Amino acid sequence: MTTTSNLKAIYKRPEALKPARTHYCAGCGHGVAHRIICELVDEFGIREKTVAVAPVGCAVLAYDYFNFDTCEAPHGRTPAVATGLKRAMPDRFVFSYQGDGDLAAIGTAEIIHAANRGERICVFFINNAVYGMTQGQMAPTSIVGQKTATTPFGRNPANEGYPIRVCELLASLEAPAYIERVSLDSPQNIRRTKNAFRKAFRTQLEGKGFSLVEVLSPCPTYWRMDPLEARRQMAALMHPVFPLGVYRDWEKNK
Amino acid sequence: MGKKILLTGNEAAGEGAIQAGCMAYYGYPITPQNELTGYMSRHMIQRERIFLQAESELAAVNMVLGSSAAGIRAMTSSSSPGISLKQEGISYLAALELPAVIINMQRGGPGLGNIAPSQADYWQATRGGGHGDYRCIVLAPHTVQEMFSTMALAFDLADKYRMVVIVLGDGRLGQMMEPVEVPETPVAREFPKPWALKGCKGRKPNKLLSLHLREDDLEALNDRLQETYRRVEAEEIRWEETQTDDADIVLVAYGTSARVCKEAVRKARGEGLRAGLIRPITLWPYPAEPIRRAAARGARFLVVEMSAGQMLEDVKLSLDHPAEVRFHGRTGGNVPRWEAILEIIREMITGTSAPENKP
Repeated sequence: MTTTSNLKAIYKRPEALKPARTHYCAGCGHGVAHRIICELVDEFGIREKTVAVAPVGCAVLAYDYFNFDTCEAPHGRTPAVATGLKRAMPDRFVFSYQGDGDLAAIGTAEIIHAANRGERICVFFINNAVYGMTQGQMAPTSIVGQKTATTPFGRNPANEGYPIRVCELLASLEAPAYIERVSLDSPQNIRRTKNAFRKAFRTQLEGKGFSLVEVLSPCPTYWRMDPLEARRQMAALMHPVFPLGVYRDWEKNK
Repeated sequence: MGKKILLTGNEAAGEGAIQAGCMAYYGYPITPQNELTGYMSRHMIQRERIFLQAESELAAVNMVLGSSAAGIRAMTSSSSPGISLKQEGISYLAALELPAVIINMQRGGPGLGNIAPSQADYWQATRGGGHGDYRCIVLAPHTVQEMFSTMALAFDLADKYRMVVIVLGDGRLGQMMEPVEVPETPVAREFPKPWALKGCKGRKPNKLLSLHLREDDLEALNDRLQETYRRVEAEEIRWEETQTDDADIVLVAYGTSARVCKEAVRKARGEGLRAGLIRPITLWPYPAEPIRRAAARGARFLVVEMSAGQMLEDVKLSLDHPAEVRFHGRTGGNVPRWEAILEIIREMITGTSAPENKP
């Protein structure tokens, strides 16, 4: 006879994740990325020494979901704010959470220089190739031909240039300790995402330096797809433009 | 008693900040305040405090935001074009109710302007500067000694009211050298900061945010800010008066212009002309009271600035009743001369006409 007292909980809400309903659209990747971060905060037992910096973008309300100290930054200045926090408190765990507009457009200078200084922070970079918060405009990572609110005829390289590959860009610098690109398109890749995030946590907690994990993430609302279709299309549309893999790894001398 | 050392205004501001317990300095090169960044690069590191040359003014002010959010005393400095770039961060600091000290060694503008001294950022400093309904406390030292001592006051006011304090100097004050008396054993005041983001050990998580999507929430923030500003207006107005008791002509000037006016007052008194000077030390909140008092006894005013007439508006706003307010200003990085000011004083008292804006 089985009773609840001898059942083992194998899945529950992390303590680091507040019991709140998120504002994210159906099929959005942010909720998954939030949950992975919070599971790891619990796993490492660092909830009481974690400080997060939230971006401007869809994740601006992240502080309503993270059950630890959080700060909001002006658009794109997220790594600068994280720098100020981490330098002031080297023994705390500080991460910035940013979208593609925040990190790869308005905040390009801040992310390059935080990476180049080897700031001992983690950056979780959610790339869904579109500005979700402001009604679906072109992002710096929108793919060629992608129709958005500001590229109604599709992204045209002659007018808007090409999608920016952040991992490859930052991997040209000396200082970064760990850079990897992962995807939320499948359960398998979500598990890989968690492993990558765990490695980023370790990179900071073991004092190795700057880490960034780029997470390819679906935006069904502004890709004009249903949630399942959006995830299915990622491998065909996004993975060829943004190859998954490890771009810098302090453990493998890469 | 302390020791006396010879410092530039820029170095004095740096040493003053260090003695006031500034634990983090973030800067970006711009003339005429480079001696300050240079001073901090050596002396902050030697004291094992934080010094960082940021990639931009935007990054520097946001690093200040981060360190201030962590509960330590943090500052940045720049000159006019760089201060314009910091306005975004200043608006956010105001909204997050974070203390910060920002030095502006003003230079000629608009645009890239030049690297000569100016007071043309008065409106930007005293009216907020960035977007939204907010104020910064603005302090205006006029000697190198005062530049040094102002820093402790700036950090104390920033912490006490959780506000941005702007120290409004200029290129002349930054680069001139004067002896400064430095205390042997500086004592930095400490303020409790229960709002700081140090990790949520033993308490609920802290959030520092400026996004308030519900109208009533944002209005509540604005109401709280305004209540703070009213307290600052009630408690922190500072000014200095020189020979105003019997003055027929009261000069009103701050910073470098006030130094020139002191000489003009001395010369005028030497000729038997009753001139005096009101020198605002806080530019916001503005010392309206001594101006009202002088006007009530029938004094007339001469406002002197290194601008086309910015503080002039605050002098006029200070008056209950109409009074004669003349203006003498130089722009482009020029500094007013005492001779020109004396000429206007003579003309105002004797009634002979003289052109206002000749050097």
